[in-house]
Amino acid sequence: MIEAIESALDFLPAGLVTLIIIVGKILVLVLPLMGAVAYLTLAERKVIGYMQVRIGPNRVGPRGLLQPIADAVKLMFKETIFPAKANRFLFISGPILTLAPALAAWAVVPFDDGLVISNIDASLLYILAMTSLGVYGVIIAGWASNSKYAFLGALRSAAQIVSYEIAMGFALVGVLVAAGSLNLGEIVEAQRGSLGIINWYMIPLLPLFIVYFIAGVAETNRAPFDVAEGESEIVAGFHVEYSSMTFSIFFLAEYANMILIALLTALLFLGGWLSPLHGVLPASLLEGEGVLALLLGDGIHWLLAKTSFFLFLFLWFRATFPRYRYDQIMRLGWKIFIPITIVWLLVAAAMVVWKIGPWFN
Amino acid sequence: MGLESITFYIFSAILVGSAVLVVSLRNPVFCALALVLAFFTSAGLWILLEAEFLALTLILVYVGAVMVLFLFVVMMLDINLAVLREGFTRYLPFGLGVAIVLVAQLALIVGPENFGLEAMPKPEPHAADYSNTKEIGRVLYTVYLYPFELAAVILVVAIIAAISLTLRRRRKKQTMTPEDQVNVRSKDRVRLVKMASSNRSGSSASNKNE
Repeated sequence: MIEAIESALDFLPAGLVTLIIIVGKILVLVLPLMGAVAYLTLAERKVIGYMQVRIGPNRVGPRGLLQPIADAVKLMFKETIFPAKANRFLFISGPILTLAPALAAWAVVPFDDGLVISNIDASLLYILAMTSLGVYGVIIAGWASNSKYAFLGALRSAAQIVSYEIAMGFALVGVLVAAGSLNLGEIVEAQRGSLGIINWYMIPLLPLFIVYFIAGVAETNRAPFDVAEGESEIVAGFHVEYSSMTFSIFFLAEYANMILIALLTALLFLGGWLSPLHGVLPASLLEGEGVLALLLGDGIHWLLAKTSFFLFLFLWFRATFPRYRYDQIMRLGWKIFIPITIVWLLVAAAMVVWKIGPWFN
Repeated sequence: MGLESITFYIFSAILVGSAVLVVSLRNPVFCALALVLAFFTSAGLWILLEAEFLALTLILVYVGAVMVLFLFVVMMLDINLAVLREGFTRYLPFGLGVAIVLVAQLALIVGPENFGLEAMPKPEPHAADYSNTKEIGRVLYTVYLYPFELAAVILVVAIIAAISLTLRRRRKKQTMTPEDQVNVRSKDRVRLVKMASSNRSGSSASNKNE
C-alpha cells in the first residue's frame, strides 16, 4: 500500500513524499489511539459501575456511548485558569511534556509482523527511555502550579516512578536475555513455537511478567499506586490547579500510557500477535487465505484482545484495591520487586545457557 | 548542506545554548531543566553518530533517573534569589579566568592536530542491519571485561559507602513490620463476651414517657 502511495505522489520531491508518508503513518496510529483513549474512559466508568452494582453513564447517546464525546467538548470549551504567581511557561509545558513522550513511545510499537512506524533495532530501550521521560511533566506541573498540594503530588510521583523504573527495567532485561534481541518484533517472533501458549514468555518468566505489569501500573500512576493524585489526602495531586484542555492532556497521556503498558505486556510476555491456538488446532487450519485461517491464525486481533484483557485488569485493580500507603509502595518496589527480578534474571540466564526446553532449545 | 549537517547544527546550537543557560539562569530549577535539555540534545547528537545504544542509555540513566532526583532535591530547597544574585559581578572576573584556562586546555587536547580530519577520518556509515548494541556488548564482555568488572566493583563500593554514611539507626524505631500487620487475627485483638440480656428499670420508665 505504501508503494502505491509513493508512486501516486511521484511528481513531488522525494523528501516531501517521505515526509508525507511518515506523517500519514503517525495519523493512522494516533487517531485510533485517541479514540481508544476516549472510549477507555467510558469503559472504565461502565466497568467500575457494574462492579459497584451501578449502571454508570447512560444518558448521552444510546447506552451512554456518546459520553466521551460530550466530555471532550465540555473540556475544550472550559476556561484555562492560570494560578496567581505560577510560572506560565512551565505551567503550560507540564502537560505537553507528559503527552509528548507518551505518544513518542508508540513510534516503535509493532502491531503485526512488520506493521510498525519505525522498525529500529533498539526499540525496547527506546520505549524504556521515552516512558522514563513522562515523569518530567508531572514534576514540572506540580512545581509550576505554585500550590502545596500539587507540589506534594509531584514529589510523591517522582520518588515512586524512579523506584519502580528499576524493577521495570530489570524485568525487561530478563525478556531480552530470553529473546536475545532488543527489537520488539523479534521478541514476539522468539515466542513462536509449536506449543502455542506454553511457548510464551509468561511461563518461563512468570515472576518478571507479574513484576512488569504491577510496575507498569505504578508507572502510570494508576490505582492502587495513585498516591500522586490521592484525592483523599492531596485533593488531586499534581494536576489540582489545571483546568480545561491542560487538564485533559494529562488525562489523555495517562490513558495512552495505560494502553501502552497493556500492549507492551501483551507483546513481551503473551506472544503479541501470535495465535494461542498453535498446538491446539492443526497447523493447516491456522495458515492460508481463508476467513477461518485469518480469524484463528496470527494477527493484530489477537494482540488487541490481549491488550484489552490487561486494560480490563487496570480497571479491575482500580475498583478492587484500596490505595497503597506511601511507605508500603516503597517497600514493595525496593525490597520485593527488585530482589525478585534480580534472582529471576539469573534463572533466565541459566535457562538460556543450558537451553532448557521447550522455550530455549 | 545535507539533512545530516542541518540536524547537527540545530542540535549543537540547542546544546550550547542550554549549557550556557545551566550556568547563567538564576533559579536552580530552571538550571536543572536546562541541563535536562542539554542531555537530551546530546543524546540526539549521539544518535546522529549511529551510537543509538549510548544515546538511549544517556536518556534513560541521566534524564530519566539522575536528573529527576536532582530536580527532586532542587525543588525542595528554600532559595533566596536575592542572595544568589549578589555575588555574580564580584566573582565574574575569576569565573572568566577559570573558563579561559579550561577552554585553552581543551583546545590543546581536542585541537585540529589531534582530532582533525587527517588524524580522525570520517567513519564509514554502517548498513541498516548494523547493531550498535551488539557491538558494544561484544567488546565490553571480551576485550574490556576487567575494566568493566572493576567499574562495577567501584560502583558497589560507592553504593555501600553512601548507604553506610546516611543510615541512621534511631533508638526508638517507629516503623511497622508488615508481616505482623498481615498476620493479625481478630481474636488476638478483640474478645467477644457473651452476656445474658437484662431489663433495666430506667429504660422502661423512659419508654412510657414517649
